[in-house]
Amino acid sequence: MIASQKPPARISVCGAVVPAAERKLFFMFVENLTKKYDGKAVVNEVSFTIPKGKVLSLIGPNGAGKSTVMGMISRLIAQDDGAVDFEGRDLRRWKSRELARRLAILTQTNNSQMKLTVEELVAFGRFPYSGNHLTQEDREKIDQAIRYMELDEFRDQFIDELSGGQRQRAYIAMVIAQDTEYVLLDEPTNNLDIYHATNMMKIVRRLCDELGKTMILVLHEINYAAFYSDYICAFVDGRVAKFGTVEEVMTRENLAEIYRVDFEIMEIKGKPLSIYY
Amino acid sequence: MRRWGITGILCLLLLVLSAVSLFVGVIDIDPAGLLAGDTRQIRIFILSRLPRLLAILCTGTGMSVAGLIMQQLCMNKFVSPTTGATISSAQFGILLALLFMPGSTLWGRALFAFICAIAGTWIFVWFIQRVQFKDVVMVPLVGIMFGNIIGGVTNFLAYQYEMTQALSSWLVGHFSLVVKGNYELVYLALPLVVLAFVYANHFNIVGMGKEFSSNLGVNYNLVLLAGLTIAAMITASVVVVVGSISYIGLIVPNVVAMFKGDKIRGTLVDTALFGAIFVLVCDMVGRVVIAPYELPIELIIGILGSILFVGLLLYRLNHGRKAIRIGERRGGTQR
Repeated sequence: MIASQKPPARISVCGAVVPAAERKLFFMFVENLTKKYDGKAVVNEVSFTIPKGKVLSLIGPNGAGKSTVMGMISRLIAQDDGAVDFEGRDLRRWKSRELARRLAILTQTNNSQMKLTVEELVAFGRFPYSGNHLTQEDREKIDQAIRYMELDEFRDQFIDELSGGQRQRAYIAMVIAQDTEYVLLDEPTNNLDIYHATNMMKIVRRLCDELGKTMILVLHEINYAAFYSDYICAFVDGRVAKFGTVEEVMTRENLAEIYRVDFEIMEIKGKPLSIYY
Repeated sequence: MRRWGITGILCLLLLVLSAVSLFVGVIDIDPAGLLAGDTRQIRIFILSRLPRLLAILCTGTGMSVAGLIMQQLCMNKFVSPTTGATISSAQFGILLALLFMPGSTLWGRALFAFICAIAGTWIFVWFIQRVQFKDVVMVPLVGIMFGNIIGGVTNFLAYQYEMTQALSSWLVGHFSLVVKGNYELVYLALPLVVLAFVYANHFNIVGMGKEFSSNLGVNYNLVLLAGLTIAAMITASVVVVVGSISYIGLIVPNVVAMFKGDKIRGTLVDTALFGAIFVLVCDMVGRVVIAPYELPIELIIGILGSILFVGLLLYRLNHGRKAIRIGERRGGTQR
């Protein structure tokens, strides 16, 4: 069924390759995406498709272009060439506010110095829906999001006084309140210790399994990607090097090719985890 | 109830101080005389005292809200109309008006001041965004330097064309020339403050960063430019009428944020009230200290302001950005 459906590595934006019936299984078609800085291509003709209702991790060495791709598929960065098809329409033709109700992106560049309470921050997630006037429904969504992230006790606390892990959870709560079908997270485990990083990944999994969201992550820690994702897309030098299920990508040969170091793959709890040395 | 506690106290304080300020001055005016229909007292009251009070309230409200907006949009607590080159740009505009349109009215000068203040603020913010400063204190320093360069050019031109005397009235802010008929432009600050309140959440979101804004469907550049324009116009309308009033836009929003946080919707009213009280008190001090003469308010604010500013700096250095809390945290220890 859907669960076993493997997305093809390449697909046409216009749907010539994918039959209309199957297009529903995909959230996004990325075609020949290119971004250049100072004439040098950081992302070079990248094409892939993103399956719905799954966790997809983008991995790769530093400077491979994964964060840039993340920026381009979430309208934060304008591409120099190529196209992103989101729900049958080019991403650039979506109104930004309309898009904000369908797709949420969380990056690492937020101003964490701002003295907002957790509740005020989470309430911003409802901005694309209600603007300045929160409705009863908005308040319920805010409460739900705070409860879901177990932030009740920090509700009235300022975010600049929270620990890194708590603050990250507050941002995720805002994204939950934003109530989008698709959630993109740029390095959600960055600057978190093992405890908080692992919890973050469990949350990602729960958002996918319990709330049915499509999660796209940029991750540095490949074992988190292996353990908690359904699909992995590996970038090298601005190109897609490997795309497939976790089992397909997580092999000695593939990882050695991507990261240029030696790997051992061990199966732990049914997941292929890697040891690099 | 507690939420509105501080606002209520500030409101009450402002009302009392306003009433007192109406009866402070060289010529004795008392409520009994007004009610008895003393025409001389009523005339002074309507021509001078009331306009002065209204100008003070608009100035205090406007400058502190302008500072609040600028601090949020620039993500820097030390940016304000003074440290963001807005005031000096407005003064430059007034000089241009005096040079090119010698017979210009208040509105003509205001137009020049608006254009220059907006342009100066935009250039400053464009510059600090291009150069990503690592140190928060660098941004206001650059602003002060930029402001001084504009001030230098203004002074040079003023000397060149023998305009220093005409200009001095706008360099040092004071309320002594505010009389009925020549100050009404400062009312413009009020609708702009209301506008700022309407778009408060937009400013907050933009203050969180460019990507944060895009995620919520907010046009970062548009809101940034619009917000800076509002702040610059408020500043210019104050500078044209009463001259340079520094520090208010810096200190008032910071003090209020310490108690109430950075959510503009929650702090704007308090910021406006506190700003009005601050200017009102400084003005009364200036009127009383060497009565029957009067010190320009800029002088009083300068002294009080710099003391508070140093205190603020030290507090920020020692406490980071920790808040001063009133009352207990809700549910702080429950688990």
